[in-house]
Amino acid sequence: MYTPHTKADIAQMLQTVGVDSLDALLPVPDAVKLRAKLEVVPALPESEIVRRFEELARENAGASFISFLGAGSYRHYAPPAITALAMRGEFLTAYTPYQAEVSQGYLQAIYEWQTYICLLTGMDIANASVYDGATALAEAAIMAINENGRQKVLVSRAIHPNYRAVLKTYCDGLDVEVKELPVAPDGTTDLSELGRRLASKEYALVALQSPNFFGVIDMPDSATQAALKDTGTILVGVVAEALSLGALQTPAQWGAEIVVGEAQSFGVPVAYGGPYVGFIASTTEHLRRIPGRLAGKTVDSNGREGYVLTLQAREQHIRRERATSNICTNQAHCALIATIYLALVGKTGLRDIAAANLRRTRELAAVVSAIEGCSLQFVAPYFNEIVVDVHQPAKAVLAKLEQRSILGGVDLGRYYPEYANCILMAATEMTTTDEIGELAKALRESVHVPAGV
Amino acid sequence: MSPPASDHTASPLIFESGQDGRANRYFEREKPLKGYLPAAVLRNDLPIPDNSEMDVVRHYTRLSQRTFGIDVGFYPLGSCTMKYNPRVNDAMANLPALRDLHPYTPDTLAQGALRIMWELERSLCSLFGMAAFSLNPAAGAHAELGALLIAKAYFKDRGETQRDKVIVPDTAHGTNPASAAMSGFKVISLKSDKRGRVSVDEIKKHLGLDTAVCMMTNPNTLGLFEDHVHEITRAVHEAGGLCYYDGANANALMGNARPGDMGFDLMHLNLHKTFTIPHGGGGAGAGPLGVAKHLVDFLPTPYVRKNGESFALDFDVPRSIGPMRSFWSNFAHVVRALAYIYANGAEGLTKVSQLAVLNANYLRVKIREFLETPYDELCRHEFVASAQELKKTTGVRALDIAKALLDRGYMAPTIYFPLIVPECLMIEPTETESKETLDGFVDALRDIVETAKREPEKILAAPETTVVGRLDETRAARNPDLRWRPAT
Amino acid sequence: MAQPEGLLYSKEHEWVKIDGDRATVGITDYAQDSLGDIVYVELPKVGKQVAQSAAVGVVESVKAVSDLFTPVGGEILEVNSALENDPALVNREPFEGGWMFKLKLDGDSQKAGLLSAADYKTFTKEG
Repeated sequence: MYTPHTKADIAQMLQTVGVDSLDALLPVPDAVKLRAKLEVVPALPESEIVRRFEELARENAGASFISFLGAGSYRHYAPPAITALAMRGEFLTAYTPYQAEVSQGYLQAIYEWQTYICLLTGMDIANASVYDGATALAEAAIMAINENGRQKVLVSRAIHPNYRAVLKTYCDGLDVEVKELPVAPDGTTDLSELGRRLASKEYALVALQSPNFFGVIDMPDSATQAALKDTGTILVGVVAEALSLGALQTPAQWGAEIVVGEAQSFGVPVAYGGPYVGFIASTTEHLRRIPGRLAGKTVDSNGREGYVLTLQAREQHIRRERATSNICTNQAHCALIATIYLALVGKTGLRDIAAANLRRTRELAAVVSAIEGCSLQFVAPYFNEIVVDVHQPAKAVLAKLEQRSILGGVDLGRYYPEYANCILMAATEMTTTDEIGELAKALRESVHVPAGV
Repeated sequence: MSPPASDHTASPLIFESGQDGRANRYFEREKPLKGYLPAAVLRNDLPIPDNSEMDVVRHYTRLSQRTFGIDVGFYPLGSCTMKYNPRVNDAMANLPALRDLHPYTPDTLAQGALRIMWELERSLCSLFGMAAFSLNPAAGAHAELGALLIAKAYFKDRGETQRDKVIVPDTAHGTNPASAAMSGFKVISLKSDKRGRVSVDEIKKHLGLDTAVCMMTNPNTLGLFEDHVHEITRAVHEAGGLCYYDGANANALMGNARPGDMGFDLMHLNLHKTFTIPHGGGGAGAGPLGVAKHLVDFLPTPYVRKNGESFALDFDVPRSIGPMRSFWSNFAHVVRALAYIYANGAEGLTKVSQLAVLNANYLRVKIREFLETPYDELCRHEFVASAQELKKTTGVRALDIAKALLDRGYMAPTIYFPLIVPECLMIEPTETESKETLDGFVDALRDIVETAKREPEKILAAPETTVVGRLDETRAARNPDLRWRPAT
Repeated sequence: MAQPEGLLYSKEHEWVKIDGDRATVGITDYAQDSLGDIVYVELPKVGKQVAQSAAVGVVESVKAVSDLFTPVGGEILEVNSALENDPALVNREPFEGGWMFKLKLDGDSQKAGLLSAADYKTFTKEG
């Protein structure tokens, strides 16, 4: 399909090449000749493809449920102007801007993305994006390990479980040990033992996520920041809900030297998990170790300002086995979507959207905690997610909510056995009072109130 | 009046426009943040601009007009398979029940998404002769890393941790050795033979008890079919190693030969190459990771499993290397790739490869009339030409030819890769280009070479019609300016 | 290509000037020409003990990167800090201002395996 060749074209071209048939163009040794019958989905004309996918989409019953799912993927409003711009064919079908003269548009957009990330995180430099927040954390670990040569990393257990799992996958490849800091009763990271653990100077980095997986604002205090600096341990800040950067203290303000995270919240669809867009930003000190692509400003021979991919000698296509990362693609198109989002909402919009998230989540918290048998697990300040203790296996409660067409949240017991009675619920600017009301009604019917509560 | 996009004047940054408070009304105004959180946790400034939607739309429209994509013109970038990106694929990815489905939706309520993932996986298994594919990796290089981590885990499981060498041909893409290094392996570079292929004798010199993986692609990066591939994979297996297939060139062999049949244990595909996912300026891609039966237990989690008539995400893969990214797959791209396979079926994909190879050979045969093509035999979907002779006689190099093509409305081919061909141009037309387009390209290239011989300075000055001329890359690297800063 | 006399050369395209038990190391004119415009030089840390032929740093140009090897072993005494802000010095003066590091030699047998100016000239012609 999508091949324009007529029979006459093929005949003429075969003649030019000097070959009798198409088959003769692709000779293969007998030993590897294809003998099996290929079994792929059947060929359909385009109108039937549409019908087929609409049918498949209808099998996603959960897509139309009321949802309080968050946990690293957030339902936010994406102004249609984003799609109108990002889906323009030039943006959509361009490749990596290696021929800079005809890629100035994309290069400038990447430069703007890099700038936005710096402005939001408080860092000096940011790269052109990486696959997602989890791999960004893994890449940051590689940066830190190469910086100070230490072979251990220390990460908070309040960091997104999938991020920690991906970090472990990468660290296993490099024979680096991953150790964890526990969660305190208030939902923040328990830093009481940190000073003692840092004293041995064996950790390349300490990573903290804020807001953390529980939605709790989890920033280290100045004593912690000092201990990290004194022992040469790099503080990596992790941000899974990028919208929070519009409201909260920047990771730079709480001492992070490298900031990683996920920018899906900036207009990128949740799309059942991907593609998303991760970011890595750092202080200038780490410029040489930052992986991936970088767009830089320069001039041409006539003094005209322009943009190029720069510092490419760090990358895999030049360094090959000496590259610190193999990363080739960035998430250019998703980064473009995020950049356009930020341009459209601006400072005022971002603040308002953040405030709406805060308001809606507190509305949710108030309504839910008023239900008999439900209570808020953590007391610390939170952004747009809460942990609700239902005093019985969360799994069972969530199943009952599903029967009422509601996705109540994530069963925390899936990742934290000690929180098996807890549901992680998110509310965003898209959450309505009616939806919260529906949830409340369903919870009242689903939560069995144990005697004595 | 705003200057047209082709104007050679500077293009202002989005930060250089806007006014505080020039907000678009996507939501109601809200109370200040300090109504919800203590001041100590709030940021005090947010130095990003407020621009009207009109100005934002104009700004990015202008930027798109300063960007060359496949939709604009012929894009013969070798190794990248810049074929037409069908719009129906995007429309399907944009169906609300697919686009807005949350990854934590319980399996029973996401059967459509899971079936889509499963159908793609089964189709890819059959097309390429693998037992299973993980849709987890976000890109080809990502899948490569996963494959090497699987190899590492496999050998550890068998108590063979002394296997620490990865053999990579000198024509290999840079991600191959980089991925090897990231998995703790040492890289041995293999010299290609005079025919540009991996030599069985050469590789045998390096095989031994420390061999972990041999990484190859077929056809190789010169566009040549590795006709001894089965002997190579056999030799590696005899030495106790595993074979990895870099699927960047998969467009050349669908319906014709399968990596599984060639003896490969591991492979990746680039959905953004063979399977028409738009490149989007450099990503997002998607890189399914395929394995033979004996490695299925090591796949990243989750794996999509069919149980009777329903589908589920399996997070309990017994000896999995673990997950490689936050969630389950680049699902929107899985939708696109599956839609493309539906548009073709097995016969259609076979035709795709045949016509990709026809187009490449057609160009090769015409271009060799005026540019050296070092490997003068039937190529597959791409071939290499060299400007070495032209450089010696006129001073015009591959880079200059590339820039001159930009002036003539074409994207340049890949240049200076693979490394073993001096002044290399790697040309891959793909099957979605018509004969007229190919003829036009040949004419343009011929014109450039002839002009180079008569008036080389004309070619050395290219490009002259683009919005900027050649940029000072040295300055960009010596004095990195990687972001805008607000005036303090 | 210049190959000043009075210096010894390595096959990795470094030059070394030996003065008693002190040595100064840089890369040759041939090396800087092959690499192109140099944008960054990563030098070893002062005080570090390095063995002969070990990779001690990296030289990056716009389009390429090359390991920096030391033709002699010893302790790093000094590195050329001027290269941090002006890596182009290596292109302009590979044998003078573009020197990279100085060391205190350990042992005398280091000269074995190093090339004279004439031998290096032959080597680069053949390369």
